[in-house]
Amino acid sequence: MTRLAFIGGIYSNYPALVATLADIERRGVDGSWFLGDLGAFGPHPNRVPELLIEKQIPGIQGNYEESLSSGATDCNCGYTDPRDNAYAQISYDYTAANTDDALKQWMGTLPREIRMDIGGLRILLSHGSPRRINEFLWHSTSSEPFLERLCEESRADVILCTHSGLQWHRRLERNRHVVNAGVIGRPANDGRTNVWYTLLTVERGEVSVEFVPIDYDHQTLAREMRAEHLPAEFIETIETGWWTTCLEILPAKERAHSKF
Amino acid sequence: MAGYYHRIDAIRNAANLKPVLGWRESDSVTAIPHQQPLPAPDVPLLALDTLWFQVAGTLCNIECTHCFISSSPTNRSHEMLTLADVEIRLAEARRLGVRDYYFTGGEPFMNRDMLAILETTLKQGPATVLTNGMLLRPELCRELRELFDRSEYSLDLRVSLDGFDAESHDAIRGKGVWERVMKGLRNLAGVGLNPVITVTEAAEGVGSAEGRTRFLEVIRGFGFARPRLKVLSLFRIGAEETRSHGYEEWERLSMDGLTPVDAATLQCSSSRMVTSRGVYVCPILIAEPAARMGETIADTLRPFALRYGACHTCWVDGVNCRT
Ligand code: SF4
Ligand SMILES: [Fe+2]
Repeated sequence: MTRLAFIGGIYSNYPALVATLADIERRGVDGSWFLGDLGAFGPHPNRVPELLIEKQIPGIQGNYEESLSSGATDCNCGYTDPRDNAYAQISYDYTAANTDDALKQWMGTLPREIRMDIGGLRILLSHGSPRRINEFLWHSTSSEPFLERLCEESRADVILCTHSGLQWHRRLERNRHVVNAGVIGRPANDGRTNVWYTLLTVERGEVSVEFVPIDYDHQTLAREMRAEHLPAEFIETIETGWWTTCLEILPAKERAHSKF
Repeated sequence: MAGYYHRIDAIRNAANLKPVLGWRESDSVTAIPHQQPLPAPDVPLLALDTLWFQVAGTLCNIECTHCFISSSPTNRSHEMLTLADVEIRLAEARRLGVRDYYFTGGEPFMNRDMLAILETTLKQGPATVLTNGMLLRPELCRELRELFDRSEYSLDLRVSLDGFDAESHDAIRGKGVWERVMKGLRNLAGVGLNPVITVTEAAEGVGSAEGRTRFLEVIRGFGFARPRLKVLSLFRIGAEETRSHGYEEWERLSMDGLTPVDAATLQCSSSRMVTSRGVYVCPILIAEPAARMGETIADTLRPFALRYGACHTCWVDGVNCRT
């Protein structure tokens, strides 16, 4: 049996990363990876990459690492709504201004994808999707035939991704799987303050996926965000579990479960 | 960048934009004189993500002055699609790995099979219906809500407005249309469905922050607590400017060809359109016989030469939106 942990977007949520790593350690896994977007949203963007480096956790670039390491002027998040983009820009400008150059350089050295073979299953880690770093893969709009095609084209049996912020798993034919690992950077827009990471188990060729809820000291995070003058809307999300920004990108189905 | 999806949305609603900016009949798809000796670049089909269905053909319950395919109660150049027609293409789309489905017309809800078509489609992938909102009677809304709830995939509706009061809207759509659309939207709100309202940036200053806020208030007024508004910025620069700078951009496009990044901004690089007469390159060109690429989707999995005036418009807008 092989058990692997995947950490989606961290968005500078250092206390959530600490709590997630503690949970992973307690359970015991055969390996852990991050899937990109270490910064955004939260405060003090050096802390997350520093901890990942210290713990020697491998991972891939998200659109944030790509933008920060190349000196881009925006996060290339892929939003289309002006209000969403305005908030995304606040996050990016803050993160870019507060991330050390050495860490930005390190981000540039991260791979865009990681491939591995677990018991004959070809596993592919990507940020948005295997074909685009900022593609949003949502549960309600990613049809099975489409995901089959992504697996086929990227020559993978199991695709892991993040970027959209909500976790899901689709089991396809011929033992293929697409898993959005969710994010530990902010709650999953469900009115709860916890965040989620993902455990993937391969046992005799069988894949199972567990989404693990993580409670963390969100009050401390909110306090730090306030001290850094980050938008009140972001803090509200951390304190209530409801998204207040970047909502317009949600498909009708996911939006229907949303408070705002 | 944000441009990709934004532009697709913009083009999907291109029909609504022309009158606002003084688009005339003569500016339609033949805006570039045929004698112009420029070679047309090919756009590759990068990935077939989206399949459109001209599900109501060119039949509509209203006759907007600006409709780029001249839909009307009597235009039968494209007939309605039956459930069987749609099923054949859905089977093909499944094999080809299509991601999502869009339904337009004419007015999709004039098609008596529409609910059955949506039900079948939603077993295979997400569906979005572009509607003028006039036929959204309470009973239809209830059925749509049930479909929404029992489908694993997303069912979305888009209602496009040409203004945010009766006067500006009806000037384009026809007298009394606003009232009927408002009723339809209230019926949707009544069953808890939350459509995307699309409106052109040129309409009533909605492009400004204040205009947006005002428009969001109008949508709330229909009963939507979480208003979803898409402002389309296609042709922001205005028809006159498009024409005067157009050839220049076109020449650049012709000489340099299309990079994959350029191509990705055009919806013909990721979609095809099914009509009663066959499969077309995109939703915009279904009135052009040469834009019919084949009988089946499989016939259309090849590049298309961008030789139409509308292509030029798509391209100019792309440049515009990315910057
Ligand atoms: S009008 Fe031309 S450029 Fe625009 S989507 Fe259609 S084929 Fe492509
Ligand atoms: Fe991302």
